[in-house]
Amino acid sequence: MPLITPSGPTALIAEDEPLLAAALQAELARAWPELRVLATVGDGTSAVHQALALQPDVLFFDIRMPGQTGLDAAAELAERWDTTAAGARPFPALVFVTAYDDYAVQAFEAQAVDYLLKPVQAVRLQKTVEKLRKASVKRSSNAIDSEAAMEPMLARLRGLLAPPASAPAPRLTVIPASLPGTSGASGASIRMVPVDEVLFFEAADKYLRVLTAHAEYLIRTPLKELATQLDPQVFWQIHRSTLVRASLIDTVTRDEAGKLSLTLRGHPVRLPVSRLYAHLFRAM
Amino acid sequence: MPPIQPAAIARHALVAALFNTVLAVAITLSGHQGFAVNLLYSQLIGLTIWALIDAGRLLVFAQGWSTAPAMAGLVLVAVLVGYFGGSAAGDLLLGYPPLHGLNRFPKAMTGFLLMSLAAGAVGTYYFTSRALLASARLAHEEALRQASEARLKLLESQLEPHMLFNTLANLRALIGIDPTRAQVMVDHLNRYLRATLGGARARTHPLAAEFARLEDYLELMAIRMGPRLRFTLDLPTALREVPVPPLLLQPLVENAIRHGLEPCIEGGHITVRARREADTLVLEVADTGQGLEAAAPALRAASGGFGLTQVRERLATAFGPEGTLELRADNEQFTMGIKRFPLKSCP
Repeated sequence: MPLITPSGPTALIAEDEPLLAAALQAELARAWPELRVLATVGDGTSAVHQALALQPDVLFFDIRMPGQTGLDAAAELAERWDTTAAGARPFPALVFVTAYDDYAVQAFEAQAVDYLLKPVQAVRLQKTVEKLRKASVKRSSNAIDSEAAMEPMLARLRGLLAPPASAPAPRLTVIPASLPGTSGASGASIRMVPVDEVLFFEAADKYLRVLTAHAEYLIRTPLKELATQLDPQVFWQIHRSTLVRASLIDTVTRDEAGKLSLTLRGHPVRLPVSRLYAHLFRAM
Repeated sequence: MPPIQPAAIARHALVAALFNTVLAVAITLSGHQGFAVNLLYSQLIGLTIWALIDAGRLLVFAQGWSTAPAMAGLVLVAVLVGYFGGSAAGDLLLGYPPLHGLNRFPKAMTGFLLMSLAAGAVGTYYFTSRALLASARLAHEEALRQASEARLKLLESQLEPHMLFNTLANLRALIGIDPTRAQVMVDHLNRYLRATLGGARARTHPLAAEFARLEDYLELMAIRMGPRLRFTLDLPTALREVPVPPLLLQPLVENAIRHGLEPCIEGGHITVRARREADTLVLEVADTGQGLEAAAPALRAASGGFGLTQVRERLATAFGPEGTLELRADNEQFTMGIKRFPLKSCP
């Protein structure tokens, strides 16, 4: 299966500011005439859906977007990208676009991730385009094991997603949570759940489920925020939406489709492991 | 114990030794004993007093200096101990029986005692007030530094780099597509920058000007966000001239966009409204964004709620306790900033 279809390379632009999306498309038309922009979306959720549906070769993701950030969208896409189906295409090349964000730019540099600064300058864009062209030629020539081919990109994404090491938040010992069915923050009673009793955390819609051996609780803190307050040696992230007590992981299995999942001692659940965190379970 | 400053201690010792010498000369001139003997007694007594005061204040007081009654107590103790101790030491050195001088020249020695007391008190008073003055100056400089830091933070929050660079990126795009609209955008940006940079200086401006600046900001944001941002500005004619602190509402409108509308894929509507309730001016910033409950964690996290704190502080400075700010969630989709302040006491 050749990477570049006869009709030439394709791209998806995710940018919430309409003028900037149009400007990027216009600059791309000059810098890379063969490139076809399949769609332009304005939020992080549509970015994932459209990328999965259209399977473009290159993604231009804005960082600050409604729905979810460009970074989170890229992570979700990396988890959901299908590498096993017939006619599966390699994971697209990723280019982040940002206006001004010291931390993001530093992180991009540190992880050697392609990025463009807004307003996009023709010279800089030309360089990025040349890099993308070279990479796509290389990828189309040896895109046999697409799962393994994704690993460098997954490592870079993990590097970007890791919380900044500078100021670790104080570790939680007890979590004030509400029981499901009671109406969250506005009412009912709060249960103080010792972190030591928690088996795993799972993001569900607006809430985060907190599971102990015998009960389930809900909190509103986003998983990302909570993760900074827990010991990363004790709770492992195994999915964008799951943190699990590492010492309780029992078995990790790979199904026919190549998808990893794990079971826990003391709880009947089977939790999916995303490919972003599959590196945790390579046999030592 | 407070930090020991060798330079200051050496200076105190030198002043004490000089004073002791002058005293010895004075006593010699008034005809009591020889200069050498007088100098010996004078230095022994004077330096003991100095040492007791300087060491005492460092050991006893946490700051190294204290209030007048406490310092006076220290001086009294130091002078008495220093006087009798120093005299005794002098007697011992010269082979006299203890307190020999006091017995032989009672009048002169009493005068000497009072002199020591006065010198100790004056010296201590002088150095204490100097040290207190220096620490007051230090505190004042610290306050000034904090004030300018707060101003800088305010400016940074208003001239948020992300906002500026995104606006410029949009402007660049607009120049190619629609030069006329680009010019309008530059005008808005121009007025917005002028108001933001100059806003810290003027104490008040008319409410009409406040609304015009908000319109500049909202127009800029509307070009960026496209159809995701709709807004209504509602200012009754009767209230146009009411003076308000400049850019008072700006942080609330920014919050409405950043924490209300921006997280919503479909965007929303912002309403800024002024109205009169009896003697009170009520200003409202309302939005149909993601709602207060959903925005709360982000509002807290965003530089410690700096925007709201700053608005509250400015209200308190301008109107005292009658200027209030409340956040209200009218329903799931409504976030509001309301401020009330008395019309009469507007500065």
